[in-house]
Amino acid sequence: MIHPSFIVKVKNSLLSFVQYGCVIHCFFEHIAELAICVGPSMEPTLSSNDVIVTEHLSPMFKKFNYGDIVVSKSLNNPKEFVCKRIIGLPGDRIYFNKIQIVPNGYVWLEGDNRENSTDSREYGPVPQGLITGRVICKIWPLKEVMMLTVKSK
Amino acid sequence: MNIWKNFVKPVVVGISITVTFIDKIGYVARVDGKSMQPYFNPNGVTDYVYLSHWTIRHFEIHRGDIISFISPKNPNHRIIKRVIGISGDTIRSFKTDEIVNIPNGYCWVEGDHIGNSLDSNHFGPLSLGLITAKATFVVWPPSRWQRIKTELRYERLPLNLLPLK
Repeated sequence: MIHPSFIVKVKNSLLSFVQYGCVIHCFFEHIAELAICVGPSMEPTLSSNDVIVTEHLSPMFKKFNYGDIVVSKSLNNPKEFVCKRIIGLPGDRIYFNKIQIVPNGYVWLEGDNRENSTDSREYGPVPQGLITGRVICKIWPLKEVMMLTVKSK
Repeated sequence: MNIWKNFVKPVVVGISITVTFIDKIGYVARVDGKSMQPYFNPNGVTDYVYLSHWTIRHFEIHRGDIISFISPKNPNHRIIKRVIGISGDTIRSFKTDEIVNIPNGYCWVEGDHIGNSLDSNHFGPLSLGLITAKATFVVWPPSRWQRIKTELRYERLPLNLLPLK
């Protein structure tokens, strides 16, 4: 026979599991989270297996600045994320092969490693709605810990 | 200690549970405008629909689904439209009469009220990453309570689905 106090204990621990789970979900989804970089496109700033901290508040309030490194959903695969630098904001003229104007609601993203990066030069401007996070700092490897934000103008 | 236990903690936990529920399961939203007439807002009465996040957590969409997404032109706007074509389909754009092939990871969305709707005919194929939810029920007004059907009108079928003549 199960003792009633055991059921109460199970119920209480389940409740606090749900509560803490929801708080943690909200923090990671809407405030900040850790991410691991893959691929060479942001070298030398970021290389594979670097751990970065990203925040979700400035994309939520649509505050984008030149030079910000942002995490965005890939244009042609919603489950894949890319990490690039904002080069152009709406209204800017971009000279690449032909003159392009960044339309309202879009940004122009490029990787720091210009020789080896698939970015807006290939697939055009990216809708701001796809941007999920802004990179704040690098925390791993320990030798290269640094802030990655730029002063807003 | 008491302020933390009796006030801050319940508020933080309450907000978190609500937000997590909305993020994972879904929420109710108002449909504004004429772009989805006659399916939504048929007599000018504003409809409220249940938008399910859970149904499209893997970004699985079908032709005829009604979805909500972040406008590519204005990231502050959420738009509700019908999916007309999915990747691999061929669509004739209503505005320019161009033939468009929908690339991988994109879809083609249109309002039911053709000519009175800001949709793929203006901004081109929609990246799946912008999709936020699928409309599954009309919940208000009560007389309009219904499950939303996945349906496509014959005249807007993708060209690759049309019977050969």
